[in-house]
Amino acid sequence: MRRFLERHWYAYAMVLPVVVVIAVLVLYPLAQGVFFTFTNINEANIANPVLDRPATYEGVGFKNYLNVLSGDASYGAFWGTLVRTLIWTFGCVFFHYTIGLGLALLLNRQVKGRTFYRVLLILPWAVPAFISAFAWKYMFNAQYGIINQFLRALGLPDPVWLGQSNWALLAVIVVNVWLGVPFQMVALLGGLQSIPGDLYEAAEVDGATPWQRFVHVTLPGLRSVSSTVILLGIIWTFNMFPVIYLIAGPNPNTRILVTYAFERFFSGASRDYAIASTYGVLILSVLLVFATVYRRALRSQGEVW
Amino acid sequence: MTLDASSLQVVKATDRRLKRAERSKLASFGLHAALITASVIAVFPVFWVLVTSFKPDAKAVETTPKLFNESSLDNYGRILDGEKGDFLAWFGNSVLIALLTTIIAVFLSATTGYAASRFRFPGKRSLMWMFLVVQMFPFAVLIVPLYNILLTLGLQGLSIGLVLVYCTTAVPFCTYMLKGYFDTIPSDIDEAGRVDGLSPFGVFWRLVMPLAKPGLAVTSFYAFLTAWGEVAFASAFLSAADESKTLAVGLQVFVQQNRTEWGHLAAASILVAIPAVIVFYLVQRFLVTGLSSGAVKG
Repeated sequence: MRRFLERHWYAYAMVLPVVVVIAVLVLYPLAQGVFFTFTNINEANIANPVLDRPATYEGVGFKNYLNVLSGDASYGAFWGTLVRTLIWTFGCVFFHYTIGLGLALLLNRQVKGRTFYRVLLILPWAVPAFISAFAWKYMFNAQYGIINQFLRALGLPDPVWLGQSNWALLAVIVVNVWLGVPFQMVALLGGLQSIPGDLYEAAEVDGATPWQRFVHVTLPGLRSVSSTVILLGIIWTFNMFPVIYLIAGPNPNTRILVTYAFERFFSGASRDYAIASTYGVLILSVLLVFATVYRRALRSQGEVW
Repeated sequence: MTLDASSLQVVKATDRRLKRAERSKLASFGLHAALITASVIAVFPVFWVLVTSFKPDAKAVETTPKLFNESSLDNYGRILDGEKGDFLAWFGNSVLIALLTTIIAVFLSATTGYAASRFRFPGKRSLMWMFLVVQMFPFAVLIVPLYNILLTLGLQGLSIGLVLVYCTTAVPFCTYMLKGYFDTIPSDIDEAGRVDGLSPFGVFWRLVMPLAKPGLAVTSFYAFLTAWGEVAFASAFLSAADESKTLAVGLQVFVQQNRTEWGHLAAASILVAIPAVIVFYLVQRFLVTGLSSGAVKG
């Protein structure tokens, strides 16, 4: 034990601050959040020192989970919302990655004005997401939005984008793709630049076509970067809140799991904290299962990660 | 025979090179066309907000797009005068919260990132895994308990409470990124420092930290932007009093159900985007190196 401490005390001392912060700010609240899912906590019975009111919520067992998982519409139609969340997540991440990779490949060439293009292309990332959300909400307006003005000028149909239909879901996906491409592009560009040029030369000497070089040199070279950014992208998109909340509001056609949890927490007469927490725990469970499977799949392919 | 073969090869080679040069003209046209299209799509919404910010609210909702329509600086004037809500107070709150979050998160995470990069110690793997898992936390799972804690501590509705809340996401992510960046700094440097008589902490503070500046810049940038643009916690936790709002909350005032003051919203948006874009340009030259070696390699 003494030797153990002697060898590692320094490392532990350096790690300590973050561990303490995470324990206090994340793990303790997490435990409390899980506890709340077994109670009927809401606005009216939470402890409030300002009003000098003690907590009066009670345990209700698994009732919250049963209510949510029954898929009942008054509890957010869980399964339908989950499917919509998956469409939203994979739709967004697919385009984030493919467009990001495409742009990274273009920027990785010797192009005149490369730095200039890069600066312009990263702009959607530099602008705060809530500002972009407002901008797109304006542009998607059915009457005076520039997008419909453009479509009308081309003689195309001009849907009511942000109304009660699936056009709203498409609209928020478009916005989120616009927002998320720069991150993937920058990350993948970094990955591309770390692939040794000799590999391409060797492939060329062997007579590989550009497509073969892409498939057999570029993609394997990007494997570790890709696997991380795709995982991060999926997690972030799954939990993406401001775009949907600010653009579509509480529209059931764009409702995903996190926005519904927020609706339960924040809006409506009865702020139902218990259901909000239940949704939170369910979202976390889905993501944890996904991340574990993902990590295992990577490991079985020999990725040390 | 040998001569024939080699001359043939030479011809072939030049032939191929010629073909390539020819194709590259068309290819470079396509390349620039693609990049220009993408850049226009990337920039247009911001440009359109800028254009709108000079128009009066009534002209911003006309059904024919115009670059200028009775454009003036009036919207900016009214926003800064506080006619449409206490914009300067929102701005100050946002700056304070974002800066505090950045400083605390980067300061805390630097030592841990370094330890995770240089030392092998039991529990390191699970620690790094935990940082990733914390990234996965939907705010929905923490929002109720954090609200409860802030109520208990009497911090509910205050900026400092929000800083604590933002640290929950900023600290793990910064640690993760900085660890990756420290990995790219050769550990020979540490050893050389030790040989020259620096203490272990001296090595970290006086040798490694200065070398890690690009990584620190990117990490700070990230922490700043997360706090600057956060919507959910700010909307839920800040009190309804106008002067305690952050920008992300305050600007929602302009987007009311029936009547949106687009001109004023656009002007306020431009004022908000400017600091973010400035910070962004200060660190953007580090962005590619920092990110690729940081977050991405894990």
